[in-house]
Amino acid sequence: MAPLHDYLFLSAIIFAIGVTGVIIRRNLIVILMSIELMLNAVNLTLIAFSRSLGAIEGQVIVVFVMTVAAAEAVVGLAIIISIFRHRQTLDPQEMQMLKW
Amino acid sequence: MTAPRMLFFILATLAIASSLAVIAQRSVVRSAMALVATLFLIAVLFLALEAPMVAFLQILVYAGAIMVLFLFVIMLLHPGASEGRRPLWWGLGSLTALLLALELITFISRSSPPTVQQRSTAGGSFGSPEMLARSLFTDFVLPFEVASVLLLVALIGVVVLAKREVH
Amino acid sequence: MIVDLVIIAAKALLVLLMVLNLAGLLGWIERKGSALIQDRIGANRASIFGFAGLGLVNTLIADPIKFLTKEDFIPSRGDRLLHTLAPCLALFPPLVTFAVIPFGDVLILGERVIPLQVANLNVGILYIFALASLSVYGIAIGAWASNNKFSLLGGVRGSAQMISYEIALGLSVMGILMIYGTLDLQEIARAQGELIWGWLPAWGIFFQPIAFLLFFTAAMAETKRIPFDLPEGESELVAGYHVEYSGGKFLMFFAGEFAEIVIVAALTATLFFGGWQVPFLMRDGFHLPWGGTLPLPHLGVVLLQVGAFLFKVVFFSWLQILLRWTLPRFRYDQVMRLGWKMLLPVALANVVVTAIIIVMTSSSTGP
Repeated sequence: MAPLHDYLFLSAIIFAIGVTGVIIRRNLIVILMSIELMLNAVNLTLIAFSRSLGAIEGQVIVVFVMTVAAAEAVVGLAIIISIFRHRQTLDPQEMQMLKW
Repeated sequence: MTAPRMLFFILATLAIASSLAVIAQRSVVRSAMALVATLFLIAVLFLALEAPMVAFLQILVYAGAIMVLFLFVIMLLHPGASEGRRPLWWGLGSLTALLLALELITFISRSSPPTVQQRSTAGGSFGSPEMLARSLFTDFVLPFEVASVLLLVALIGVVVLAKREVH
Repeated sequence: MIVDLVIIAAKALLVLLMVLNLAGLLGWIERKGSALIQDRIGANRASIFGFAGLGLVNTLIADPIKFLTKEDFIPSRGDRLLHTLAPCLALFPPLVTFAVIPFGDVLILGERVIPLQVANLNVGILYIFALASLSVYGIAIGAWASNNKFSLLGGVRGSAQMISYEIALGLSVMGILMIYGTLDLQEIARAQGELIWGWLPAWGIFFQPIAFLLFFTAAMAETKRIPFDLPEGESELVAGYHVEYSGGKFLMFFAGEFAEIVIVAALTATLFFGGWQVPFLMRDGFHLPWGGTLPLPHLGVVLLQVGAFLFKVVFFSWLQILLRWTLPRFRYDQVMRLGWKMLLPVALANVVVTAIIIVMTSSSTGP
């Protein structure tokens, strides 16, 4: 297929897009989705290296990353539901009570 | 520009376009669907990288279960008015991310490709279920068991968090 | 290289046409069959030159024309893009699933050996489950984009039901995977040509009868056929999640549902009933267990195998239609209770028992 560098570039771009999403969006659910984008960029990197090095461990680690991402997304969504029930808003700017 | 490389470029362009759609759409449901498209495209890239098992696991778990959960929560919460746009905020944020991307790309283009190690051919072709399972249940058996406990903890935690209080 | 691509394209086209034609035919069988079961005549008004053909003209010609020429409206505050996208999302998985289902052994033309399966994936079953989990989106997005409370209610119910029964569906197949030791559907179909005790073909139904019942039930719940069709509940939710769809889009939902019936039938046939296997038929002819052989030309063998596959698919599709028009509908909480509290434990127990039996009956040499 394409050389390794191509996949790494793509992964870096998607990661940066995920970071942009976390910084600029003011909706908790979209922020969580951008985090998922970042995790997927990392998965792509792992699989690309796994194929290039001939080591199957990369793919096994990706399975674990997916598992942890599933658990984290689920707990994050439960937290979002609790927050919404309490404050009726999903804007992180409204939740600054813990700032000094 | 061989045919596989051209295919890669088409897929990469689509993946970048749908990731941009995830962060740039007004409607949250459309963002979620754009993320599903991104996950699907990344799974196709996995297929091209000789990881068929992981590719279909990605569609099954990520695009088929986690994103459905996202959609459920979005439909349940019915987010109201969209947030206001602040150009300065968006500009600075995008600039930061652009700097990050440039830095990563510079770093990648300066590194040399790693030396290819010997591929073990025990247990079927590379990326097949046999090879994955062999590694998972011998080298990675402890993380495997811990992952199952992690999922149980997450399950219990979510049920407790999202339950309505019964007065 | 080019010839390979042409062959694959020809197979894909053949499979696609087969599925769509079967889906259309099933629409007619459903209408006429339901009429026979309910002791009425059914649709017979549309006719060409006085030939009404048992309702064939009505279902296969008049209905599609009606659907395609209806006005296509989008609800006023619904999402235009998503409203148009939803039927495509509902139709895509069933059609694409057929890429890994083998409809024959091999076709030998000259010196070219053509496997009768569009794509030979070594993770075939995982592919099917991945696409089954994608089919939830058609429902959820269709419900959301309609901007209609009944539609949303039906859609949420439907999605919850589908994701609940996906688990039972996957676990019920686990026993078959353990017995045949592979995820590849062509290998599973081939392995069912062996004979146990010298005369009984090694079909999945003999090894895993309970798993067959679980699989069939979970698959019918997954495709939201009666008795599990409360999400569309025609008498409660006014057609549920596709109430705001008319014309071509509704036809796509409809065709998707019938394509899913064909998929379920094909999967049941492949996993539990030997797929394209005819009992005692090998590549060169019949090898009867009491010693006789009946040699057949290669083309005859291939035709028999493909014919057997089609027969099994039609049989199981007919069985689903029969079940639909015989049983009353479950209530929604009964559906969820069945999926989580009855099918899931039984499927888990099936996996455990199968594993124990495999370990006990295999020889004690190490891996």
